[in-house]
Amino acid sequence: MEISPVIEALIKIIVVIFFILLPCVAYLGVQLERKLSAWIQNRVGPNRVGPYGLLQPLADIPKLFFKEDIVPAAANKFVHSLGPLISLTIAFSTFAVMPFGDTLPIVVNGVVHNISLQIANVNIGVLYVLALSSLAVYGITLSGWSSNNKYSLLGGIRSSAQMISYELSLGLSIIGIVMLSNTLQLNDIVKAQSGYYLFGFLPNWNIFVQPIGFITFFVAMFAETNRLPFDLPEAEPELVAGYHTEYTGMKFGMFMLSEFLAMFAAAGMITTLYLGGWQAPYIEYLNLSPFVVSLVQVGAFFTKFALIVVFFMIVRWSMPRFRYDQLMNIGWKVMIPLSLLNIALTGLFILKPIHTWFN
Amino acid sequence: MTFEQGVFYSLAGVTVFSAVMMLLQRNPVNSALFLILNFFCLGGLYLTLNAQFIALVHILVYAGAIMVLFLFVIMLLNLGDDKRLTEHLGMRMYLGIAFSVGLLVELLYMFGFNTPSSYTQLSPASAEMGTVEFIGKVLFTKFLFPFEITSFLLLVAIIGAVLLAKKKIVQ
Repeated sequence: MEISPVIEALIKIIVVIFFILLPCVAYLGVQLERKLSAWIQNRVGPNRVGPYGLLQPLADIPKLFFKEDIVPAAANKFVHSLGPLISLTIAFSTFAVMPFGDTLPIVVNGVVHNISLQIANVNIGVLYVLALSSLAVYGITLSGWSSNNKYSLLGGIRSSAQMISYELSLGLSIIGIVMLSNTLQLNDIVKAQSGYYLFGFLPNWNIFVQPIGFITFFVAMFAETNRLPFDLPEAEPELVAGYHTEYTGMKFGMFMLSEFLAMFAAAGMITTLYLGGWQAPYIEYLNLSPFVVSLVQVGAFFTKFALIVVFFMIVRWSMPRFRYDQLMNIGWKVMIPLSLLNIALTGLFILKPIHTWFN
Repeated sequence: MTFEQGVFYSLAGVTVFSAVMMLLQRNPVNSALFLILNFFCLGGLYLTLNAQFIALVHILVYAGAIMVLFLFVIMLLNLGDDKRLTEHLGMRMYLGIAFSVGLLVELLYMFGFNTPSSYTQLSPASAEMGTVEFIGKVLFTKFLFPFEITSFLLLVAIIGAVLLAKKKIVQ
């Protein structure tokens, strides 16, 4: 029985959106963020709806849907509705190239089908992700402008300046990885991180091979997702709520959804590029069957992914916001020189590997 | 009509539509949005030609960077009043129309009457040409000199931008 590639891709898209992303947004996103912020601030957090407040997201979603949708009278109506749609589409699209695992061997009638656990293994995965992150500005900028509100406009303009500045160091930090793994395919970048580094027990993940690149990439990803040390576009003490001041109901919900999805995409990219993606270290010593190995690898991906998400949240609830000039100074005067230094160092180590230095 | 032809005609249709709409819109922000749509469709057309690298770089550079700055400037200047913009035209408009009609005739002569009647399949070698590996190899061997000259030009532009934006030190 052969399934056509189009149908296979459609099935994967439905599984990823409805069985991975939406539950992740509801529980790993909204619910965990509310609980974590409560614990950090010594509160209890949502605990009324369902056991331990676990049904809270299911109560919040209908609330957002039934709220009145208000469009300001002086707004550009079409662009005002287009803004959240652009944000959401771009936030979902990144997951099309995310490798959740290697291949899952499924036996049907004695024939082994290797199903790739990635929606599309495109040749230019890294460039695709960079292109999407550069397009994410439009959702915020357009909604800020179209609301016809000075606070919104300031938020939109801030976001475009911030995201353009940090995109540069984002792209420059990835170059180090591309130089090492000689490919732009995300699944191949993960495969290149197999094996062990130094002393034979440290996994050969890019975080150990490229520590400078990891730091610049991580900080740039924080800025790209507009989360707290870098949430200048919606800084509530100065700008009310920034670019989404004039949005209500589900349009606001779409912004919230896309913000969480952007954070997940960032966590997924950090996992894929720097933390070995679906690689589970030491698994080859356990003699497991290929099917179990594949499942363990998917588990490894989601464990790393969840840890990064939790880290994002802890940072959000324990750090103050940067001032605007500090943000620009860090972006242009620290991050870009550091990522350029990383490229130069990577080139040096490729030309003369570390074990040839002393003989 | 094959699947590829369907993709081509729909992309080409939206490309032409968005280009025309860009010219006809009164509001500069709407014009910019149609231009972005146009860039996306052009990227799609590059993809149908197996030029993946060009397609994504086109979207990354034009839609992702240049048009963001365009929008930025349009929003900051808030050019809502289109009457002031049309005042300066006149003589130039007729010249422009004459030139574009000339270009259209030229294009029709070049491509309209000379196209082969059937679509030729892309050869495997041409499919190879669009990949990042191929472009990188050619850029750093065969076209190294133009590549270096271009990067030098960009460096000069960067220095110029820094000089213009620098604060004047008053003595």
